[in-house]
Order: sequence, then structure tokens, then C-alpha cells
Amino acid sequence: MKLKRMLALPALAVMPAVADDTVRLNLREGVTEISQRVYDLHMTIFYICCVIGVIVFGTMFWSMFRHRKSKGRTPAKFHESIRVEVLWTIIPFLILAGMAYPATTTLIHMENTDDADVTVQVTASQWKWHYKYFDHDVEYYSLLATPDQQIHNKLPKGENYLLEVDRPLVVPTGKKIRFLITSDDVIHSWWVPDFAVKKDANPGFINEAWTIVDKPGIYRGQCAELCGNNHGFMPVVVIAKEPAEYEKWITNMEVKQRKAREREQELLSMEMSKDELMKMGEKVYNGICAACHQPNGQGVQGVFPALAGSPVTTGKDSITKHIDTVVHGVKGTAMQAFGTQLSMQELAAVITYERNAWGNDTGDLVQAADVNKVMNP
Amino acid sequence: MSTTVDTLHHEEHHDHKPSGITRWLFTTNHKDIGTLYLWFSFLMFLIGGSMAMVIRAELFQPGLQLVEPHFFNQMTTVHGLVMIFGAVMPAFTGLANWLVPMMIGAPDMALPRMNNWSFWILPFAFIILLSSLFMEGGGPAMGWTFYAPLSTTYSNDSTALFVFSVHIMGISSIMGAINVIVTIMNLRAPGMTYMKMPMFVWTWFITAFLLIAVMPVLAGAVTMVLTDKYFGTSFFDASGGGDPVMFQHIFWFFGHPEVYIMILPSFGIISAIIPTFTRKKLFGYSSMVYATASIAILSFLVWAHHMFTTGMPVVAELFFMYCTMLIAVPTGVKIFNWVATMWRGAMSFETPMLFALAFVILFTIGGFSGLMLAITPVDFQYHDTYFVVAHFHYVLVTGAIFSVMAAVYYWLPKWTGHMYDETLAKFHFWASVISVNVLFFPMHFVGLAGMPRRIPDYSVQFADINQIVSIGGFAFGLSQLIFLWVVIKCARGGEKAAAKPWEGAEGLEWTIPSPAPYHTFEKPPKIEG
Amino acid sequence: MAQQSNNRKIIFRLLLGVAGMFAFGFALVPLYNAFCDATGFNGRTKNEAVAYTASHVDKSRTVTVQFLTHNAKGMPWQFKPDIKEVHVHPGEVKLVTFYAANPTARRMVAQAVPSIAPAEASLYLNKIECFCFNQQPLAANTDAEMPVQFYLDPEIPEHITTLTLSYTLYDMTADANATTVAQTTTSE
Repeated sequence: MKLKRMLALPALAVMPAVADDTVRLNLREGVTEISQRVYDLHMTIFYICCVIGVIVFGTMFWSMFRHRKSKGRTPAKFHESIRVEVLWTIIPFLILAGMAYPATTTLIHMENTDDADVTVQVTASQWKWHYKYFDHDVEYYSLLATPDQQIHNKLPKGENYLLEVDRPLVVPTGKKIRFLITSDDVIHSWWVPDFAVKKDANPGFINEAWTIVDKPGIYRGQCAELCGNNHGFMPVVVIAKEPAEYEKWITNMEVKQRKAREREQELLSMEMSKDELMKMGEKVYNGICAACHQPNGQGVQGVFPALAGSPVTTGKDSITKHIDTVVHGVKGTAMQAFGTQLSMQELAAVITYERNAWGNDTGDLVQAADVNKVMNP
Repeated sequence: MSTTVDTLHHEEHHDHKPSGITRWLFTTNHKDIGTLYLWFSFLMFLIGGSMAMVIRAELFQPGLQLVEPHFFNQMTTVHGLVMIFGAVMPAFTGLANWLVPMMIGAPDMALPRMNNWSFWILPFAFIILLSSLFMEGGGPAMGWTFYAPLSTTYSNDSTALFVFSVHIMGISSIMGAINVIVTIMNLRAPGMTYMKMPMFVWTWFITAFLLIAVMPVLAGAVTMVLTDKYFGTSFFDASGGGDPVMFQHIFWFFGHPEVYIMILPSFGIISAIIPTFTRKKLFGYSSMVYATASIAILSFLVWAHHMFTTGMPVVAELFFMYCTMLIAVPTGVKIFNWVATMWRGAMSFETPMLFALAFVILFTIGGFSGLMLAITPVDFQYHDTYFVVAHFHYVLVTGAIFSVMAAVYYWLPKWTGHMYDETLAKFHFWASVISVNVLFFPMHFVGLAGMPRRIPDYSVQFADINQIVSIGGFAFGLSQLIFLWVVIKCARGGEKAAAKPWEGAEGLEWTIPSPAPYHTFEKPPKIEG
Repeated sequence: MAQQSNNRKIIFRLLLGVAGMFAFGFALVPLYNAFCDATGFNGRTKNEAVAYTASHVDKSRTVTVQFLTHNAKGMPWQFKPDIKEVHVHPGEVKLVTFYAANPTARRMVAQAVPSIAPAEASLYLNKIECFCFNQQPLAANTDAEMPVQFYLDPEIPEHITTLTLSYTLYDMTADANATTVAQTTTSE
């Protein structure tokens, strides 16, 4: 009895692992009609290749075993035959034509973006995604949520390591969703394997893609086109909800975002203490700025300037210049305009933090009102 | 060009080699230059390989352990550039230098001084490229494909060095190609008609025309990147009316024929080795020539299959998909011809043959994944994943590089006058062929499962396969040291090689003694039949 | 020697080929642009004013035209369409406006770059007037309404029921300072 149970345990452990492995070793079937068709196409071509492989390699190995010199074979004399050569030109051609047909119909179906129910603008920038709902006043950035300590092996890695974001894209199931994809800087590529959607985000141009998700769930993907330093750290996460739930969510978001904007206006008149500013600033800094300027503010020599001891962060009259740099970015460099990405409070906090951390100790406090003066003069 | 074969003979005494370093610096001898090219290529193979080791070491586990993402990107970029322009292409040029004159009964290359020059500018190109890694801000990190605007607005100043070094590499390749074409057109021995040329000569002849057609386009592309970055043009910048996607069109107009530049000479090598060790004539010689030519022509019509996800109209996607699938036909003809050559032959399995057989099988696997990648709707899933990485490494490592190794083992007795150590060589083969599959085959799986290429860190689901891949990588890297040892050992001594050490070998190079004298075929040989 | 002149002839031709292909690399730029203009390949509209030439207004169908705006990296302006989308009959002329504001303390010059999805639709969108034809200067702390007047060609394929016109706004101040600033119609 005991023995039996001991034997059963590893077997049980193996069972889900096997099911898991097929997912990990092959293309995903996904959750859309298109992804299913793509998967079927993939398997069909794969099997055709296997059959051709068996015939070609089989013939080869047959000759390698049978037609050896060590077996005393004398070589045959033939070295051409128009008939077989025509044959093995025409047969592959026919096989290819057979493959081309389903590929063509699938492709034409994939590229038909007409009559969408929901339109989402997807804008990439180094190294995050921005989603904006065309029919609602809802927009937000979506950033990697995996903490830096996990990446640098100081904490154990979570289940969705590098495939988790702070604010995922939310879409309704059963509706045709059209994505309008572009980029603010370099080329990125928005990819969700479960939808079989991968489309490049080209700066200055918009690209279209669409999907209809059949099943509610969380679907994960990544940026697929090399886009610089943190290319490996800009995942895509999409949550598909039932239409009713989605409606609830989006109305909620709309209200929340409107309130946040109103609150921001109120907060302009409020002063935050240094502790509050430093605490919030450190969080924002480590979440966003540290990727380039490094957690210790030293930057990367020749690529990302150091903030510790820099004239912009420590100069006597450099506060306005500092705010301007963070809010508007620096053209032609990797420094982005964070004015649209962070709240004024967060901006004030992170600037205060940069002016007082790592021995910068200027003692300067920057309040949301100061940021507002630069942003909306 | 005042140099001709005849003036050369007056300058240098019969079979007298100059000695010391000046022999190599000033040499105009095709065999010396071939040797220089081959050693240079091997050095680059080791340098590019050590970068691959850095990549595989970082990817051994999820998380960032050894290098930061910026350095990782430099490694992937420079690994690609060094392997393509430093290892594979010079290796083929080296083989062409050694073999083309001997195979067509010519005394030397047609333009020996240009030959010297085209080799000696190459080391400078790579010194420039590699030194950029040590500059402030590091070397190029935009991938070897240097897509704009990552290579223009968003790159550091190493781009200037990169552009300059690519220009030099391009000039070197173009000069090499001109030399090959002129040699083949003008210096064939009497009676050596085009349709009697060995396949290696034919494939190189076609490759040389491809080089002349596309290397200048690459030069144009890098020049545009340079002027976009430094001189205010906006070829690829939407704000000035340009289009970043146009960069990819221009780049891949070069890039796809470039792929065939790196594989056509391999076809020639394999077409020489398989008949030798099968003791049977190559099956379908003329269809091989036509297949090679049609692959070369088709290669100009398929470039956009590298860019299906950039968003093209469906008609364009269909056109490029059909053309790409069509390439499978002539490529298939080649594979079938090789198999037919083996059929009912009398095979033996010396190391060159082993590499050639591995080439046929593994290159075909690379061809299968290539066919899968051609299918546009499925390519949307494969594109920019490890499936693509697996595909082009099967084609380039077990394809191009295996063919170069096969060639080296096959002609080494001719070059050195000694037989190589067959036991060690077989050990090298088995170590390589096993490790290379451990290295590249599992990449198909992680690619299908969704791991993008060019990332320094990955999610935990890919961890175990990446570990296997890395182990295969280290093993494959180490195996190449055996190769180095075999070649050095053979150059220094060993069993004397006969003029024709392989029973079934055919061709003019086997009619001259081993090692091949410094000057050969000063009087053109007679070609019978 | 015959050999030598023969060599020279081939080398000359090959070098001609090299030079030709180098030139061809650059010629791909205008070729690509011409190809895109003719086929709508990359979804960019012709960046020049056209006169109204539609033969009729097709009242039997309505096409939704959506407007999007993006700021390129480092562009601090506010930039948005005054209306999110309009419904037009093919052949009908529409005027829409975009709001732009320069919140900085310096005069800036911007260039808007249009892009259309689906790309095919770019062949049928004709602009009679557009702020994207020229660079747009704005003095410090000022704003402006920027007009686009357009119509859809009645030949537009039936299956296109929605099309999206997107503008990406680039900061061209540095370039504009280098050259003389062009006088534009919309600056006050």
C-alpha cells in the first residue's frame, strides 16, 4: 500500500507536467479562431515536412547502410535521368501549391480589419506600452511589474516572471477588437501568442491588427522587435472579460480617471512634506528611472548620464531646468517626456528625490505646483 | 590593373617562396592569400564564438547574472556581424582563392595584386568594429540588421565606426568577387568549357555576381544610416518625410541574397565531396547548375518575407510568400540530386564525407523550418522568436560552417601534403554534430513556446530548455578547439599525402602533387573529353 | 596582351555594375516613395493639396473617419483632434480642426506626419487643405486651431467602412532654426 502510494506520487507529478510540456514545446493553440487556424496550418506544414523528411532521409540512410564500399559494392554508372528530375521538380511544386491554398485563405481573413466593435490605440515607447480606448476617456501606461530584485536574483522569481505588468489591457470577449499600433521612438512589436497577433509599431505610421477573444482569461506576450536596452522587459498582458464585466470595468475606469484629474488640480495647492516626497520619489525612481540611471544614480557611462552630482540635479538655479528635463524629455536621446506619464505629484516627488538622494543633498523641495508652472505656464 | 599572370612570373622565381612576414604581407600568390583568408576566418570564428559563449552563459539561467542588457545587445550584434562578414564570407573567399585556379587549370587568380589588397583591408575593418566595443558607451547594440531608427537617432557614436567598417568589408568582398569572375571567365584552361567546370567553381561564379549586385546596396544602406544620424537627412525618419520601414526594404534587398552568398559555395563543396566518397559521378550536373542559378535569381524576389509583421498590404504578403515557397523547388532538386548520387554508390565515411552527410541532413532540417517560416500567417507567430534563431543557425552553422569544415578536411592533404589525423578528426565530427544539435534543436521548442530573440532574460517557463541549449553551446565551442588541433597537427607533419589521396576524387587539383607547389599550371593542362 | 585587355574589359563592366548597384540602393528611395504613392503601400497620404474633383457625392454610403494624434518622443505640445470621428459620404467635403498648444517658454516649430489605416484607404483620402503640408510654428505659451479639409474619393472600395487618420507630431525647432522658417498660413 505504502509502496503503491510512493509509486503513484511521482506519476501524479508527471501527469500535469506532460500536459504542460506540450504547451511549452509547441506553438500555442490560443483562444481565437485565427490562432486555431494558424496552429492547424503550423501542424499541417510540420507533418508534411516530417513525411518528406522520412522519405529523403530514409533513402539516404538506406544507401548509407546498403551501398557501402566496405560491403564490396561497386558503384553504379548512372548520373542523370531527365524523367526523375522533372518528377522531383513537379511533385514538390504541387505539394507547395497545396500548402499555399489554406495559407492564402487564412491570411486574407487575418488582414480583414473591417467592422470592429472596439478600437484600442496601442502606442509603444522605450520600454512600455500605452493603451487608449477610442470610445472612452480611458488611457494608461502599462509597465513591467516584476521587481528589480527578482531580475537581479535577490528575490526568488515569481510564476509570471517578466510576463507581468502593472496595468494590463482589458478587452471584452466575443467582440472584434481593432488595434491601432504605433510607436513614439524606435520600432517595437506588439505580440500576444494566444491571439496570433504580432504587429510592428513603427514610429510615424499606424498599423492595424484585430482579434476576437473567445475565452475570458489573462493572456501574456512580449515586445518582439529589438528596441534597445530593455527590449526584454516590456511584456504585454491582456485580460479578456465578459462584455458585461468589461462595460462595468471601463465605466469605472472612466470615472476613476476623471476623478484623478480633478484631484490633481486640487492637490496643486497642497504642500507635501519632505519625507512624503522622498518616499514617493524613491518608489517612482526605482520603478521608472533606475532602469537607465541605475538605482545608485550613477547611470551607465557614455550611455545614460549619472544623476548623482550632475549639474542638472544639484545646480543652484537648476530646478526649472531639472523639471523641464523630466517633464519634456530631451530630444534625440533616450530621455523621455514623463509629463504625460506621471502625475504632477509623482513628478514633484521624483525630482525632489533626485535632488536629495545619493549625496546630492541640495535640500531643495519641489511641489506639484512648481511642476504645474513648467507644464502649464 | 597592370598585373597579369605573365608579369608575375617574371617577378617571382619558379617555386621560390619569399620568407618571413613580408611573404604574407606582400604576397600575390593565390595559395598564400587563400591560407591567410582561412586563418583569418578561423580567428573570427573563435572571436564570434566567444561572444556566443557570453550570450549562452547569460541565458543559462533566468535573471541577469553576468552582463547588463546593453552589453548583451552588443554581444548579439557583434556576434552576428563577426560571424557573417568575418567568419563565413572570408572562409569561402579563402577556399575560392585556393581552389578556383587549381580547379580550372589557371596559374593564379587573374588580379593577384588586388587579391592581396582585398585580404589585407579586412583585418582593419574588424579592428575598427571590435575596438568600438571598448569605447565609452560601447559598440553597436542594434542587432546586426541595424534597423532604423534604433541605429540612427537612438544609437551612440559607435555607429560611425560600424558604418566605416562595413564599408571596408564591402569593398573587400566586391574586390574578391571581381577577381573570381575575371579568373573564371578568362583563365580557364583550354577545353574547360563552362559546362565542364566543377560545381564549386560554378557556385562561386554565381555567388560572385550576387556579391557584386548586393554589397553596393548594403553600402548604400549604411551610408544612409550615417547621413541620417550625422548629416540631417531623413531617409528613415518620418518627421522629414522618410519611412523607417523603407530601411528594412533596402536592407533585406541586400540581406536575402546575402543569405545565398553564404550557402551557394557550400552547395559546390558538397557536390564535390559526395561523389568522391560515393565513387560515383554527381547526379544531374546540369540541373544542379540551373538550380543554383534559379535560387540566385529568386533570391532577389523574396526579401520582404523578413518583414511580414511590418504591416504590408495583403497582396504584397501573398506575392512574397509564393516566391519564398518557390525557392523550395530548386533547393529540393539539389537535395534529391545528392541523395541520388549516393544511391547505389560505393560509399565510405571519411571525415569530409561525414560532414557532408551531416550537412545534407541538417541543412534540410533548416530548409524545412524555412518553408514553415515562409507561410505568412504562421510566420506572424514565428517571427522574431527563437524558432527563427534555430532556423538560421541550422542553415548557417550546420549548413555553411559544416561545409567549410568538410572542405578543409577534404583539401587539407592537398594544401599541407600530409594526411590529417583521421581518429581525431572523427572525434571532432561526432563532438560537433552531437553538440550542435543539443545547441540548436531545442531552440525550435522555446521559439514555438513564445521566447522572443535578442532578450537577455526570459520568463521561468523557458529555463530548463535554455540550460540544455547553453550546455550544447559550450560543448560545441570547445569541440572547435579539436578542429584547430587537427589542422595544426596536419600542417606540421603526418603521413605523406598522395597527389590524389581520395580514391574517388575527380578534378584538376588532384593531378598536381601534394602539397600543391607554390606555382601550379603555369602551362595550362589539357582537358580531355 | 589580349589577356590583359580582356581582363580590363570585364573589370570595367563589373565596376560599372558595382557603381550602378550603389546608385540603385539610393534610387530605391524615390522608387519606394513612388510605389507607395501609387499603391498606398505604407499608408501615407500624398502630402500635397489636391483640388476637388469628385464626380458625385455617394449618398448611399457613409464612411467613418477617425482621428488620432501622437506626440513623438520629446515633443511637449498638447495636440488633439477637436472631434474624435466624423461620418462622411464619399465625395462630400469635410472640414475638421485639431487643437495644438505650445506650453513651453520658447517658440517651437512642429511637423505633423499623417498615416492612414487601412493603408489601402490612403489612396482615396484627398486633402484640399492640411496643416501637415507645412511646418507649423507656435510662439511660447500660445495655441492654435489647425484645419484639415478633405473628401473621400467616391471610388473608395465598399468594404472600407471605417478609416483612421493619424498624425504624429514631431519637434522640428532645431531643423527650422537651421534653415529659414517657411511662412505658413495658420500662424497668427
